Amino acid sequence: MNDNTESNQQGGSPGHEVRAKLPGTFYRKPAPDQPNYKNPGDGVAVGDVLGLIEVMKTFHQVVAEHDGIAGEFLVGNESPVKAGQTLVVIGPG
Amino acid sequence: MGVGKLLVANRGEIAVRIIRAAKELGIRTVQVHSEADSLSLAVQLADEAVDIGPPVASRSYLNIEALLGAAKATGADAVHPGYGFLSENAEFADAVEAAGLVFVGPSGGVIRSMGDKASARRLAEEAGVPTVPGSDGRLEDPADAVAVAERIGFPVMIKAAAGGGGRGIRIAGDADELAGLASEASAEALAAFGDGGLYLERVIENARHVEVQILGDGSDVVHCFERECSLQRRRQKVWEEAPSPALDGRTRQALCRSAVMLAASVGYRGAGTVEYLYDERTDEFFFIEMNTRIQVEHPVTELVTGIDLVAEQILVCAGEPLSLRQPEIESRGHAIEVRINAEDPACGFLPNPGQVTRLRLPGGPGVRFDHMLHQGCEVPPFYDSLLGKLIVWAGTRDRAIDRLKRAAGELCIEGIRTTAPLYPALADSQEVRRGRYHTNWLEGWLQDNVGSLNEGTGDTS
Repeated sequence: MNDNTESNQQGGSPGHEVRAKLPGTFYRKPAPDQPNYKNPGDGVAVGDVLGLIEVMKTFHQVVAEHDGIAGEFLVGNESPVKAGQTLVVIGPG
Repeated sequence: MGVGKLLVANRGEIAVRIIRAAKELGIRTVQVHSEADSLSLAVQLADEAVDIGPPVASRSYLNIEALLGAAKATGADAVHPGYGFLSENAEFADAVEAAGLVFVGPSGGVIRSMGDKASARRLAEEAGVPTVPGSDGRLEDPADAVAVAERIGFPVMIKAAAGGGGRGIRIAGDADELAGLASEASAEALAAFGDGGLYLERVIENARHVEVQILGDGSDVVHCFERECSLQRRRQKVWEEAPSPALDGRTRQALCRSAVMLAASVGYRGAGTVEYLYDERTDEFFFIEMNTRIQVEHPVTELVTGIDLVAEQILVCAGEPLSLRQPEIESRGHAIEVRINAEDPACGFLPNPGQVTRLRLPGGPGVRFDHMLHQGCEVPPFYDSLLGKLIVWAGTRDRAIDRLKRAAGELCIEGIRTTAPLYPALADSQEVRRGRYHTNWLEGWLQDNVGSLNEGTGDTS
């Protein structure tokens, strides 16, 4: 499993894969009654929060490391994720 | 009424504990589980297992419809909620009873009245149980705060009346500080909750956390003495023991009696815990809250009293009278429980789910290990990090600490990091040995000793 997004891009991938650093439950919004952090097509800047991963009742932010445009989310809200799994691809802006 | 088949609406080590109690009572068991727990120890030990949904708890262990559906499908006639999840959810208790099943806990009405902080405090006052001195109800005008604080005594905690979960809490050491903080807190509460009302409470500095185990059958209530749980990290209990090393006989008796009065005043049924802050300097205790469920740390009480609290809980909720009267309940020797969590104490207690590749359990005289592990098991990331509890008993507190250190050294869990290395080090601390600690003590100790935990040795100087 390759955690390095740079090498993914060098491999010809059309964008930056954002991967889960921890296993757990993925959330796309800060709370059930609030909007998603990002939707497909939204602009993304370095440091933007893309989602949360809950690991054993602790919450860890998934933060963008590249500027660009959010693609489709590959993991649904409240779905389980494995460490290293791709959550979303940030395309060129 | 009788219970023939019990559905365990929980997971992990407490599910295992409940199954064990039920089996000894001749009750068949149904273990519900999420997709992530299909190979769990509880599933293996139960008579039947039902898959109730995806890993995320909101769609499995918190899904009332799925739980009641599983009860109906298996013909269960009782539901044990364990701790956490729906154990103190009044709607769940009501729904279980409405479905014609026994809820192993108090009625929804009692859960509601104890779950609401203001209502619980009022019930405590009515039952003659001391509460932390505070403003009687809301303070509408922050300008009144100083006069009220002078009556209850500094330092005071300022809370938003509409707040919760620690939000907006400030501490003022004197009148000058309070004047500024009260208006600030009121403005913030107004912005956050649309309600600027405040509540003041005296801060009990370096308080100890003591709690009383009670059992009730709806008419009679007995206590099973106290536990002390002052060794906490971020308000999570880490080490619990019975009896409390801080209480003398007279205070212990007053404390336990007050817990019985509170529980009796609501006609309590089941196992419950009344929690207090204890101020060692003034020898005063103050009610904080009542937990209307079995607690994680119940085994220390079981070891000093010889009572199977989970079995008693099931029986009284099934309609039987208490099997024990107060004079028959005695506390003997000393018990200590420590929590083994899937967290790395050398790395900021980072959660550490994963596969247990090697497991060696502690044993020998006076040692009990309640847990959810088996060799090769996968510890899922979706739930809390508690893997198990190491509980020891010995005739004296000193011998119990020695035994804890010995047993913790026998425990070996490989594949994931756990909090186990913490305990030989804590057992070596002179302050722990002397019982001189309070609820803020452990965090300071951790800061000073993180290096020794890093080396993986249990030694501290």
